Amino acid sequence: MNLTAIKVIYFNEMMRFWKTLFQSIASPVISTALYFVVFGSAIGSRIENIEGVSYGLFIVPGLTMLSVLTQSISNASFGIFFPKFTGTIYELLSAPVSFYETLIGYVGAAATKSLILATIILATANLFVDLNIAHPFWMLGFLVLTCIAFSLFGFIIGLWADNFEKLQIIPLLIITPLVFLGGSFYSISMLPDLWQKVTLFNPVLYLVSGFRWSFFEVSDVSVGISLFMVFLFLAICIAIIAWMFRTGYKLKQ
Amino acid sequence: MDSIISIKALSKTYKSGFEALKTVDLEINRGEILALLGPNGAGKTTLISTICGIISPSSGSVSVDGFDIIKDFRKTRSMIGLVPQELTLGAFDTVWGTVRFSRGLFGAKRDDAYLEQLLKDLSLFDKKDSEIRALSGGMKRRVLIAKALSHQPKVLFLDEPTAGVDVELRKDMWKIVNKLRNQGVTIILTTHYIEEAEEIADRVGVISNGELLLVEKKDELMQSLGKKQLVIDLKEPVKQIPSSLEEYNIELNDSGTQISYTYVVKDATADVSEILNKITNSGLLLKDLKVEQSSLEDIFVDLVKEES
Repeated sequence: MNLTAIKVIYFNEMMRFWKTLFQSIASPVISTALYFVVFGSAIGSRIENIEGVSYGLFIVPGLTMLSVLTQSISNASFGIFFPKFTGTIYELLSAPVSFYETLIGYVGAAATKSLILATIILATANLFVDLNIAHPFWMLGFLVLTCIAFSLFGFIIGLWADNFEKLQIIPLLIITPLVFLGGSFYSISMLPDLWQKVTLFNPVLYLVSGFRWSFFEVSDVSVGISLFMVFLFLAICIAIIAWMFRTGYKLKQ
Repeated sequence: MDSIISIKALSKTYKSGFEALKTVDLEINRGEILALLGPNGAGKTTLISTICGIISPSSGSVSVDGFDIIKDFRKTRSMIGLVPQELTLGAFDTVWGTVRFSRGLFGAKRDDAYLEQLLKDLSLFDKKDSEIRALSGGMKRRVLIAKALSHQPKVLFLDEPTAGVDVELRKDMWKIVNKLRNQGVTIILTTHYIEEAEEIADRVGVISNGELLLVEKKDELMQSLGKKQLVIDLKEPVKQIPSSLEEYNIELNDSGTQISYTYVVKDATADVSEILNKITNSGLLLKDLKVEQSSLEDIFVDLVKEES
């Protein structure tokens, strides 16, 4: 295994994060603060507690997931798309590096960035609400797995996209609506029966539900199912990437 | 001679159906400079990219120092450095950062002293902390060379290295190429500038339409395919060539003041002194004479014309 290569890819990607540290941190902090002002204080004060949890507190896991999902996808997809776009991918393809080493470098960096971001968001949230995490170990587990799974998904999008529109279309048209409709800001028990059933087809529901359980022991679906769904998503992404690598999809002619 | 790259029946057909390489066989000798000549779209870059691992071959095999480029890709790729045709660099990286990245990517241990010397040799050291977007085109080309040499490769591919490059950089580049040759690095370059191939290459390969038309030592190629032309200025103009010279392929110019005789260098039947004697004896008065040799460019143009 070419560990040196994994290390340089990883640190090169992380360097991009540090170079734009202000945007990287300021943007999630500001948006989280805005959500808390609007949903937590302004609207939230008129909303009853949900399953014994105040609304301001209830939205913390969903808000964190919203940022983690979109940032994991955007970081990982941009990371591999950019060398394709500028042509510097030639160096990766001609280097003694396997596809899996490339993957570990890029996805590892994207997942790390998301993890840092999630920590910042949770710290910001703690300024507005009194955050007590019931199961810190499970919380971290869900968070790490979600960061990795969605960075893998982002990597797939980055490989698939051959222009900037394609790079943006899935996060904008699919992921953001799924996060909003996946119970990030409400419990699905608040929905009519039919919509509760429809929501069960939304994979993000399981992520948010499991993540929320680790905070408040309150969930829309059982934790076991949530965990299973995270692993299933992870397995699907790995299978797709394995196929892409085997066939050289959009990388090699 | 010891071969370092062995290409056997290599073919590449793109998904579009375009056959870029048609059963290419080629042995590249250790330590030589091989120039690949060919018109645009001939298959030069496809050939290089396949050996480097950027393009998957459709059939055939390539080995580098005895290792297969697919089965033992780690070994073969760590021996190869590639300077691509396009100026493909990350705009926001610094020169030092990108060169160190390349060295690490190829699995080589950190060696700042080597990289510093490399940047000095390429007149890049004072720009080492500059971002690449701030560099001129020529400087970017130097950075690409530094990246390719960052892991001390045994084989260096230069794909059109002097396209759009000023005279100074071109001279520097050939100095570096010579230095690398002296260190035993095998160099394969593609170029449109035939005079460059003529100047620095040991052997010349000509590719056209995905086929390797020939690979020969430059000197032998010049001898076997090169033509010479004996041009004689006459003291007094003549209306036609004397009958005693009719059996030779001698041409008279329009003004009747110059005759020329074209012959293939390796053609043993052409005896220049005999022809000169005949010309003198024919009564023509010679004013001056010169011999012109065809360049590699003429040979290349003739070959590609024949092929098409």
